Amino acid sequence: MTVPVLDVRGLAHAYPDGHQALFGVDLHVHRGESVALLGPNGAGKTTLVLHLNGILTAGAGSVTVSGLPVEKSNFREIRRRVGIVFQDPDDQLFMGTVREDVAFGPANLGVRGPALDRQVADALEQVGMSEHADRPPHHLSYGQRRRVAVATVLVMEPEILVLDEPTSNLDPASRRELADVLRSLDVTVLMVTHDLPYALELCPRSVVLHDGQVVADGRTYDLLTDHELMRRHRLELPFGFDPATIPGQSGIGNLPA
Amino acid sequence: MGAGHGHRLHFHGHSRVHRASAHLKIATLVVFMLLVVATPNEWYGAFAGWLLLLLAVVALSGVPFGYLAKRMVVEVPFLVFAVLVPFVAEGPRVEVWGLSLSEPGLLAAWGLVAKGSLGVLAALTLAATTQPHEALAGLRRLRMPDLMVQIMGFMLRYLDVVSAEMRRMTTAMRSRGCDPRSPRHWPVLARSLGALFIRSYERGERVHLAMLSRGYDGALPDVAQPHQADR
Repeated sequence: MTVPVLDVRGLAHAYPDGHQALFGVDLHVHRGESVALLGPNGAGKTTLVLHLNGILTAGAGSVTVSGLPVEKSNFREIRRRVGIVFQDPDDQLFMGTVREDVAFGPANLGVRGPALDRQVADALEQVGMSEHADRPPHHLSYGQRRRVAVATVLVMEPEILVLDEPTSNLDPASRRELADVLRSLDVTVLMVTHDLPYALELCPRSVVLHDGQVVADGRTYDLLTDHELMRRHRLELPFGFDPATIPGQSGIGNLPA
Repeated sequence: MGAGHGHRLHFHGHSRVHRASAHLKIATLVVFMLLVVATPNEWYGAFAGWLLLLLAVVALSGVPFGYLAKRMVVEVPFLVFAVLVPFVAEGPRVEVWGLSLSEPGLLAAWGLVAKGSLGVLAALTLAATTQPHEALAGLRRLRMPDLMVQIMGFMLRYLDVVSAEMRRMTTAMRSRGCDPRSPRHWPVLARSLGALFIRSYERGERVHLAMLSRGYDGALPDVAQPHQADR
């Protein structure tokens, strides 16, 4: 078996106030996979995400990204390999124009001049925001800001794209446009979400986190149709949504061996 | 964000003043202000000269005088203070319309009003003719410490976000029967300002995390520079 892109082993974390958020989490994501991380509010999802690029450091256990341990000496490379798109685009977009914002990450990695311009143009192209390159981010719509936020991370050519609640506050059209963008990308994805239909649409595999532990890991379709499991972990499908009635859904999502 | 592109203080145009490079304009403003402040209060003619010079620049920039005049209200607190000075200052008194005023106080008040107004008008002219990001680039070219320029840049970026948050909070307060303008509700307003401060502080922390996640190491890369030239 190849080295997983993301290898989390026995990860535990307690906040300084004593609240323990993670109790020995194991998670492996392989190249090319799209994995949804599901779980109720307060399950520890965001805490887990902040460990993936070393913003929080493990109390116990380890995180490795393509074989490179998440440690202070590796932060620069780790933060290139792990691209996190945060929930509120206003937290992520802070430069004067879209172009400068997308350039921020690669410029920190030392990319300059025409190479930088090209990377920025490519990333904006990938999310369909090229024509807005010179606008200030706060003049864009929320859905456009979210797509720019994805570009700011894509431009660093990450090995894994981590999205924290990518559909929150999006209108249905923006939500669908983001799905089109995500589907068109050739990158490993870990998506934290409460939007279960979105998980089913984009991620063949899902992992359920509850009370700081991984309680289920399998095909998204199988998890969402396991009523007992769903009820036990405070997961609910939107009214009227039944995965079983979606043609072709039960067949897709074969996990890579 | 009703000001179209740019900022509330910016007046879109293509005059020679608009096109002049930002660091020149900033340096000129600083020199002008130093000269104005150094002018003795009794040199009335000199102040007339400064005003004429400033008005000539405004005329050249094509920014309407009314546009600048409206924005000069920021000066009002200083004017109130200036009005008080002749009443409270020491020294020989003079009678003006039956009021006993201090003579040095009157002169000091005149100086305050004249220098303050010239300063505000000059600063507004700079703001009206220079895009905020150009002004920041200008400051950087003038060797302003990078950290200061970064802080000012963030202030510009998040001004709209924070004021929108404040607007939403006051709307929510109004919806629950509180009038933030009435003095009776000022304690509530003060508490909500406290909440706004905490929220902004937390947002600052989240922004910092997002920056660290993209490899920020204390220095903002010069990504603006190569594009500035061809704009």
